[in-house]
Amino acid sequence: METLTTFLNSFLPEGLSAFIVIMLKIVAIMLPLILAVAYTTFAERKVIGYMQSRMGPNRVGPKGWLQPIADTVKLMFKEIITPTKSSKVVFFIAPMLALAPALAVWSVIPFWDGGVLANVNAGLLLILAVNSLDVFGIILAGWASNSKYAILSSLRVGAQVVSYEIAMGFALVGVLMVSGSLNLTEIVKAQGGGLLGWNVFPLCGLFVVFFISGVAETNRAPFDVAEGESEIVAGFHVEYSGMAFALFFLAEYASMILISTLTALLFFGGWLSPFGNTFADTPILSFIFGDGFHWLLLKTMFFLFCYLWFRATFPRYRYDQIMRLGWKILIPVTLVWIFGIGIAIAYGWQPWL
Amino acid sequence: MPEIRNFTLNFGPAHPAAHGVLRLVLEMDGEVIQRADPHVGLLHRGTEKLAESKPYNQSIGYMDRLDYVSMMCNEHGYVLALEKMLGIEAPIRAQYIRTMFDEITRILNHLLWIGAHGLDVGAMTMFLYAFREREDLMDVYEAVSGARLHATYYRPGGVYRDIPDVMPLHEKSKWHSDADIKRLNDNRGGSVLDFIEDFTNRFPKCVDEYETLLTDNRIWKQRLVDIGIVSPERALQLGLTGAMLRGSGVEWDLRKKQPYAMYDQLDFDIPVGTNGDSYDRYLVRMEEFRQSNKIIKQCVDWLRANPGPVMHDDHKITPPKREDMKGDMEALIHHFKLATEGYCLPEGEAYAAIEHPKGEFGCYVVSDGANKPYRLKVRAPGFAHMSAMDELTKGHMLADVVTVIGTMDIVFGEVDR
Repeated sequence: METLTTFLNSFLPEGLSAFIVIMLKIVAIMLPLILAVAYTTFAERKVIGYMQSRMGPNRVGPKGWLQPIADTVKLMFKEIITPTKSSKVVFFIAPMLALAPALAVWSVIPFWDGGVLANVNAGLLLILAVNSLDVFGIILAGWASNSKYAILSSLRVGAQVVSYEIAMGFALVGVLMVSGSLNLTEIVKAQGGGLLGWNVFPLCGLFVVFFISGVAETNRAPFDVAEGESEIVAGFHVEYSGMAFALFFLAEYASMILISTLTALLFFGGWLSPFGNTFADTPILSFIFGDGFHWLLLKTMFFLFCYLWFRATFPRYRYDQIMRLGWKILIPVTLVWIFGIGIAIAYGWQPWL
Repeated sequence: MPEIRNFTLNFGPAHPAAHGVLRLVLEMDGEVIQRADPHVGLLHRGTEKLAESKPYNQSIGYMDRLDYVSMMCNEHGYVLALEKMLGIEAPIRAQYIRTMFDEITRILNHLLWIGAHGLDVGAMTMFLYAFREREDLMDVYEAVSGARLHATYYRPGGVYRDIPDVMPLHEKSKWHSDADIKRLNDNRGGSVLDFIEDFTNRFPKCVDEYETLLTDNRIWKQRLVDIGIVSPERALQLGLTGAMLRGSGVEWDLRKKQPYAMYDQLDFDIPVGTNGDSYDRYLVRMEEFRQSNKIIKQCVDWLRANPGPVMHDDHKITPPKREDMKGDMEALIHHFKLATEGYCLPEGEAYAAIEHPKGEFGCYVVSDGANKPYRLKVRAPGFAHMSAMDELTKGHMLADVVTVIGTMDIVFGEVDR
């Protein structure tokens, strides 16, 4: 990266070269992300398939590996139907509004030490702020579709996301208190020293709350009342087809991956190895068991798997039950936990340091 | 400030949880249902009217298509009504076969119900689990009648044929290797009865599997407990039958109260609920799985030990053997008469009801002495259940409507007829 910058600087004005480098970095993050989204859908169908004692897609390409590509092509060539009485402009802005924040958040996610697009010092805050913008796309989509099912779904999403945002925010406050920083790289680094350094041990309650609200935030089962196939058909995207629908789909899966990555970063030491420095001296093992991107990938994949697992296992909550869970259980839990950590910090008893 | 008023939501007829073609016009105050107005008739095929223009035997197939997830039970109701009017009784072996297939059908029906109910409430894995077992029973249907769904297996005077001695095997294909075939054919080596017995041996474990997924699942309970409560008195007033009635604690089952076929010879229990909510009805049906399984087991044992005829020998009503027709003039005439004209029922009327998986299924036949019914009335349990929709959903939320539809086990083939 350094060499590339100096090379570009040699014949381009400094601003332009910086711009090119940033663009390249964005592409380097976006492309694998989109690919990951595509293959998450494939993994979802396969994993749930095997959980339900069936095969999942296995016809397109070797073992079905080309299925996501085929799906994309199909979606791209489908006609985008606009309902007659919809507000056309909002109808088309909505999916973009849903996708943009889901992708923008990735700018502050570090993939390894220094492997981050924008190492801002209030990264956590930015994630919270941008991630909550997601909901606008969904609300507008429901409104613009001019369908009763869609508007019901929008109302549900609005209420659900607002309540779970609070629980999630509080869970992040706990992380912030323990690691003393809002910068994601710092938060990960504060969890050094192997397995026992991970935030999940002092913050296990907050981790559970965070992950549950993450599932709720992304409208995934068992909190998928926004889509609630058997109640409100497909909810906010019931009137969308083709690429417009695909954008919602993309946004949902990008957020899923984001929540999984965040869980790994905030509570499970991100790219840090659970073995700490145990193998630092052995040549090959130090690479495998040492810190690195592969650990983050592994942890993220595990949480993604949990998403799919939940979906195959649980029935769907009712709308009012979700509210009750959020306000009466998750938020009190986080408050008590934060209070406990506050007291511990105030009295200087900080075993996580 | 604008006036706040309820809005109407058109639920169905092309809604994923509409179980076919239910059209509900919901009057809602936000998420809360104020009034649910079911509109029926979108799947009306005029079964009752069609039966008036056909010889009796040709309407058996229509009965399959009423409640198309519990086919043989429908046939049973119709065939019993005809037998009642003819004054004949099927041979005992045929009665046992009917009993066994009634229970197989009950399991088939309840499997679809648990799958669809699970899917409605959001537990989609149930659907696939249930279909795994359904597939085996479908194969049994196919083995005895040649059709996986619309069997037309019961006939007045018995059943179409005895249970075959061989179970059909899977064959190799592009998608199944030799190893797959070996695994698939593992329990199909013997007769159909062997296959059924093998099924009854593994089925209780499957029910346990369903129960681990649902029975104590907190979300499942939150979604079902206290949803759609019916008091026993009200259930009787509404004409609810089957699990809808037993869930409310009324111990009413035609298999015990008006035994038909061989039910008085068999050992089984009738589960009843206490609260009359969706969860109790769920538990009742889960127990019915086990009881049906028990009945099938007893029937298999009896059928193994006691060979015999499966068809009444009065050839004015039942067709003669194929080989007899080759040499025997009388037999050929009988067959010709049966195939063209059918048989005439004495003047009069009869009502026969059976305990269908969904409730009381009855056929009321009026005959004017011709070879076709003057009038056929089908009493379908689903229709009565449907009319309780408004009462069961009032004050609940939109998501609960779906639960109630699931718990009613509605199939539109029989509601609309």
